Amino acid sequence: MSSVLYDAQGPRAKRRNILYTALFLVAIAAAGWWLYATLDDKNQLDWVLWKPYLGGSTEAYSTYIWPGLQNTLKAAALAMVIALPLGAVLGIARLSDHVWVRVPASVVVEFFRAIPVLVLMIFGNELYSSYTDVSSDDRPLYAVVTGLVLYNASVLAEIVRAGILALPKGQSEAAMAIGLRKNQVMRLVLLPQAVTTMLPAIVSQLVVIVKDTALGGAVLTFPELLSSVNTMSSYYGANTIASFTVVAVIFLVINFSLTSFAGWLEGRLRRRKKSTGAVLGAQDVAHIGGTAATGAGGAPGGLDLSGPFVGGAGKDD
Amino acid sequence: MFDFLDDYDVLGAFWTTVQLTLLSAVGSLVWGTLLAAMRVGPVPLMRGFGTAYVNIVRNIPLTVIILFASLGLKDTLSISLGASDVDTATFRLAVLGLVVYTAAFVCEAIRAGINTVPVGQAEAARAIGLSFTQVLLLVVLPQAFRAAVLPLTNVLIALTKNTTVAAAIGVAEAALLMKNMVEKEAQLLLISAIIAFGFCLLTLPTGLILGWVGKKVAVKR
Repeated sequence: MSSVLYDAQGPRAKRRNILYTALFLVAIAAAGWWLYATLDDKNQLDWVLWKPYLGGSTEAYSTYIWPGLQNTLKAAALAMVIALPLGAVLGIARLSDHVWVRVPASVVVEFFRAIPVLVLMIFGNELYSSYTDVSSDDRPLYAVVTGLVLYNASVLAEIVRAGILALPKGQSEAAMAIGLRKNQVMRLVLLPQAVTTMLPAIVSQLVVIVKDTALGGAVLTFPELLSSVNTMSSYYGANTIASFTVVAVIFLVINFSLTSFAGWLEGRLRRRKKSTGAVLGAQDVAHIGGTAATGAGGAPGGLDLSGPFVGGAGKDD
Repeated sequence: MFDFLDDYDVLGAFWTTVQLTLLSAVGSLVWGTLLAAMRVGPVPLMRGFGTAYVNIVRNIPLTVIILFASLGLKDTLSISLGASDVDTATFRLAVLGLVVYTAAFVCEAIRAGINTVPVGQAEAARAIGLSFTQVLLLVVLPQAFRAAVLPLTNVLIALTKNTTVAAAIGVAEAALLMKNMVEKEAQLLLISAIIAFGFCLLTLPTGLILGWVGKKVAVKR
């Protein structure tokens, strides 16, 4: 094992590590035993409760989970497709030379990033029910997508802005030097490069969107994957734990694949010789997604997790 | 126009939001730091545990975790964290869910902070004979925390916004109040403006103040 935080291990350190490993194993085993005992005590491990999912029958999946999953994916895809162009416009507007374009765009972006996405969803839901004739069946989907679009457009705007700012200065300088206009510099030189730069960050944002669709199920009666837990556990006889486990695993698989894909994309883009080497990764999204105000410079103050300490101690995935 | 507000406890709801935020922030900071220590430590099993924890928790929606805390832990397994009444129990379980979820992000922020510490610092610390715990506690973490203030601020702001998810299990915080108000009163824009203003008031100054602190304390390299 090589890490700069600790020396190569001699016999004493090895013995100590074995002791720590043993103690940690005992702690995990104790937690596991407690979990098993509690579940068993409440009869949550009975085969009847798990049979709908593990018993070979696909009924639970085709009747409850698949329709829910479809709604989750539909809402996430719609939100991404609508938010992306909006975010691009807002992000470019924030980089404008004109104050009357830059300031309103900044206010909109900072405002929607400061507000919880659930508040936006509740707002959307009530807006559609009071002022439009969207049918009450469609309303939750509309509300969820509205909330997600408002929030994610402003996050994507920051990603676009950071993506453009991450490009080396020489790119826009060279473009201006050969006499291109401002919009040509943006359209022909900066944006095409920024798109590849931002790709991993956009895929990571998709994870956030998929996770946030679950809010619609919990608060707005949107029939997505998480809300299928309720219907399933009432139909299959209060198998809450089993239903939650299955739904959580499905979310985990989807999001883990997206995260891994983003990581793979990021590595590939970083290694590529043709590009400028500027890449916005998953960590930069965490940075952008959190806040207004802290990222004052606008340049990606991304978290670099590839340094010597972490490198020695097991990579992200 | 503002008369209907007398029927609702707006300040109380935001106070609950603040309480949720602060308690979860403290909890997730402690647990997240422990996870980060495990992930950079010399014991392979702990490293594996830390990595698995972060990758699993980060990829599950917070809503699933919080709803599980209520429907799974409280209703099914009768775990109420020592609370006698339902409201206290749901509040505590919401904090538990937020801590479990946020700790994964705290861990990553601190790991990123650890990464900004130059290799020479740890090498010098090892050269004078400090053990891993000493290197971490005396040399690396103090510097790492100073660099981690900015990413941790982002986590804190995200946490403030995430407390609204507790509305899903009926904790009487700002988003739940908003939902009740917009359903009963015909004042959608006004109510939304008040709630939005409240959240801006919580998140924007946090970002500005801690952002300033973060730049101030960051080690100039």
